[in-house]
Amino acid sequence: MEWDWEFAASIMPQLLAGFRITLIATALGAVVAAVLGLVFAILRRSRNRILSRGTGFVVEFIRGTPLLVQLYFIFYVLPDLGIRLPALTAGVIGMGLHYATYASEVYRGGIEAVSRGQWEAAKATNLNARQTWIHIILPQAVPPMIPAMANYLLAMFKETPLLSAITVLELMNQARSVANSSYRYVEPMTLVGVMFLIVSVISVVGLRWLERRYGGVGK
Amino acid sequence: MDQPIIRIQNLQKSFGTLKVIDGLNFDVMKGEKLALIGPSGSGKTTILRILMTLEDISGGRIEINGEPLYHMTKGGAELPADEAHLHKMRRHVGMVFQHFNLFPHKTVLQNITLAPVLTQGVGRAAAESRARELLDMVGLADKAAYMPSQLSGGQKQRVAIARALALQPQIMLFDEVTSALDPELVEEVLEVMQRLARETDMTMLLVTHEMGFAHDFADRVLFFDKGRIVEQGPPDQIFTAPQEDRTKSFLRKIIAAGQRV
Repeated sequence: MEWDWEFAASIMPQLLAGFRITLIATALGAVVAAVLGLVFAILRRSRNRILSRGTGFVVEFIRGTPLLVQLYFIFYVLPDLGIRLPALTAGVIGMGLHYATYASEVYRGGIEAVSRGQWEAAKATNLNARQTWIHIILPQAVPPMIPAMANYLLAMFKETPLLSAITVLELMNQARSVANSSYRYVEPMTLVGVMFLIVSVISVVGLRWLERRYGGVGK
Repeated sequence: MDQPIIRIQNLQKSFGTLKVIDGLNFDVMKGEKLALIGPSGSGKTTILRILMTLEDISGGRIEINGEPLYHMTKGGAELPADEAHLHKMRRHVGMVFQHFNLFPHKTVLQNITLAPVLTQGVGRAAAESRARELLDMVGLADKAAYMPSQLSGGQKQRVAIARALALQPQIMLFDEVTSALDPELVEEVLEVMQRLARETDMTMLLVTHEMGFAHDFADRVLFFDKGRIVEQGPPDQIFTAPQEDRTKSFLRKIIAAGQRV
């Protein structure tokens, strides 16, 4: 087994194309997770029992089943029901939905950490529900959540190779296609590892900074 | 004569199986300054919280300016109030809390201007100039740009009073506003409230353990025990010549604890 620099350089464009998809999938998945997670968290707090229990059940269900199974379901089973999604869209929805359940727990913790007195002061100053969330609760609840959220973002990023199972041409899938056609695994797999490692190391440094910056907010 | 600004009729409130208010009736006239006193757990704070709609009621009826607080008429029938009705009624009432509950992520000035701008459509400039007047009134004109965490307890509570006043409610509720303060900071808050009581015709309800202050502040004192009014009257009568045994024994304990009444 020998490392071939020339071969490594020749496959770089294909790997970078895959890496681009990996980053796009992560970014879009994160947006879906952040938005849906907040929706889950707010619905679970609803005074309507059916709504809060129903949401709780859905969240537990999603969290209790593997992401890979969910991806297969969205990409291969939904078409039987007439819902046909492009691979990347299916992947983004699957990952976003899966991580939304984790994000909703983070939101829930952050929201519950805001004292009851803040809700009461909002009421006493006659803010409506929307104004209370936007001006009082979320600005206090979100900063302490940031480190935990960033952690899940990194975890999701490292799970993107699962998308290769539903034909998304992300980094891992590209590397595998290189390997399958050239019978060389060393260079593509090493490069995949290095690319993930670079982003992870940068992220961990960023995470430490976020923890220092926001970890203490909200006491 | 005038109709009362607050009318409470057969009010009931339970927390689970615990009955904290049991068939309470009283009226408050416009501009009246009421002190609600009594042992802990007598339901005084619960009454304020109910008037602020921070708690549901278990039974009975409350009217503010003749309009039911927890009921609304829809299509000729009287129904339990929905959030929209409560929201509409809340503009009559303001509250100052024991633990201040300032918004910690907003400056002192923003704490005061937030609600008038959002809920009353007051322009930012007008809201700010009004806020500065109020800060001046509570003696904190130089603290407008501070964050709440940079203030002492007494200063926080004075900001909280200014925040409540900015909405110009007809009724102000003060819930043990000095209980969380260090003793040396109590006076500055009481002074502000005393001035407010003298200079405005706002209706005020005060729950307090400071009997001396209740004496100076109130037109009428209501002594509560176990969710009912045991005795009420002008402060001089309640504090110097109480009729009921329970009032007497409560005041004896207070005096024994070293308080002036």
